[in-house]
Amino acid sequence: MPLAVELRGVSFAYPGGAEVLHEVDLAVEPGEFVAIAGPNGGGKTTLLRVALGLEQPTRGSAALFGEPAARFSRRARIGYLAQRAQLGIDAPVSVRELVSTGRVPRRGLFGPMTAGDRAIVEDSIERVGLSAQASSVLARLSGGQQQRAFIAKALAAQPDLIVLDEPTAGVDVDAQEALAALLEKLHRDLSATVIFASHEFGAVERFVDRLVLVRGAIVFDGDPAALPTTWHDPSHVHP
Amino acid sequence: MSILELDFMRLAFAAGTFVGLLAPAVGFFLVQRRMSLIGDGIGHVAFAGVAAGYLLGISPVGTALVAAVLGAVAIEWLRARHRTAGDQALALLFYTGIAGGVVMISAAGALNANLFTFLFGSILTVTNGDLVLVAALGAAGLGLITLLYRALLATALDEEGARVAGVPVGALNVVLAALTAVTIAVSMRIVGILLIAALMVLPVIAASRVAWSVRSTIFLAMAIGLGSVYIGLTTSYYADLAPGGVIVLVSAGSFVVAQAASTLLQRRS
Repeated sequence: MPLAVELRGVSFAYPGGAEVLHEVDLAVEPGEFVAIAGPNGGGKTTLLRVALGLEQPTRGSAALFGEPAARFSRRARIGYLAQRAQLGIDAPVSVRELVSTGRVPRRGLFGPMTAGDRAIVEDSIERVGLSAQASSVLARLSGGQQQRAFIAKALAAQPDLIVLDEPTAGVDVDAQEALAALLEKLHRDLSATVIFASHEFGAVERFVDRLVLVRGAIVFDGDPAALPTTWHDPSHVHP
Repeated sequence: MSILELDFMRLAFAAGTFVGLLAPAVGFFLVQRRMSLIGDGIGHVAFAGVAAGYLLGISPVGTALVAAVLGAVAIEWLRARHRTAGDQALALLFYTGIAGGVVMISAAGALNANLFTFLFGSILTVTNGDLVLVAALGAAGLGLITLLYRALLATALDEEGARVAGVPVGALNVVLAALTAVTIAVSMRIVGILLIAALMVLPVIAASRVAWSVRSTIFLAMAIGLGSVYIGLTTSYYADLAPGGVIVLVSAGSFVVAQAASTLLQRRS
């Protein structure tokens, strides 16, 4: 079975900028639950964007399920939550409306919502614990609840790969832990590959199988329990 | 005598019905995607199309439609390829359109009162042929929005998420730009090229103050658009005013009312 995500010797620099990633190798097996951690500016988001084929590496290659990431043919199978995901619009949007849009990649542009689609939407909302708020206007919910709604939108695509960029940013510590616990439960229940990037990895490391620490390059990759204690300090300088 | 007994008013109201429904429906997606001004830009390109029609001696509505669609696709192409920033692409088309229009219209010797009916609308100028075109394009536009509603909404809510999931965001942006162009061409007889963008934007802003979901926002905006057109046309007839200005002022008034209602509702809750 091909790897869910495979980066080989990936280096990346934005036009006119310094190198953000240097010689990164990363292999994520299908069904793994991986946290990508590191300081702000360390390259977590860039790594995810290269892995998803949104950015082309300046050197090296990126693949999704054995296909070149930029030309991946089964994109409807990816659930993605961008960094600081927030509504791009000012109009009132209900939780159900947001989550329903997660079915678009599976239904196609013109496909109407079937009873099956609606059931999947309600199930996704229930999985993140927002059934009571399904008709509520998203903007009136707390930051943590809004993030849960976006996660439900990603789940509505019934993805094989769920990628979340800083889903715990901007929410309090309790909400961070609750979100990490939710992701762990979803990973267990859905058997999907889950990759999420987090600056505050202290709150999430006990829920994941594997922690990858990125500071321009991968400086740690393994069981979170094996992470040296001093490395929990985000200001720690690695050799 | 009722104004509906007059042929030209019946034509104006019939065409206005499509305009009042279509403009806010398309405008909803423009407003949410922070593209409110694109309607203005495309309107100016449509003006060049009207001028070309005069110069060539053919239907200005048809030439405006062609110019507006080409201009809309060009703006989207420039924007998507990042060759030009969005506002710069708009400015480029905006000023080229209006300048080209002025040059062509003066070359055609048509700098006259008839031109003003295209700029600010007129209740006297809607012909049976116009109504057929407006009805066909208006119905097609509303049908396309209904078909693509969820895909357009998915792109408006989370463009990057949609792109990652394989939704053809670029193609949807082109479709939205083309729908904007069609709306402008359809509306210019009633509201006028210079004011139609306001009918796409103001009802949506007003509706979002009091709505409780995306769906309710769109339906309320369409109701406000339709109400604005009907009130505007009636006022325009009795007060002998250009309908475009009255319709847009009614829309602006609806925003004031909606804002006041929203403030009242918040105080009560």
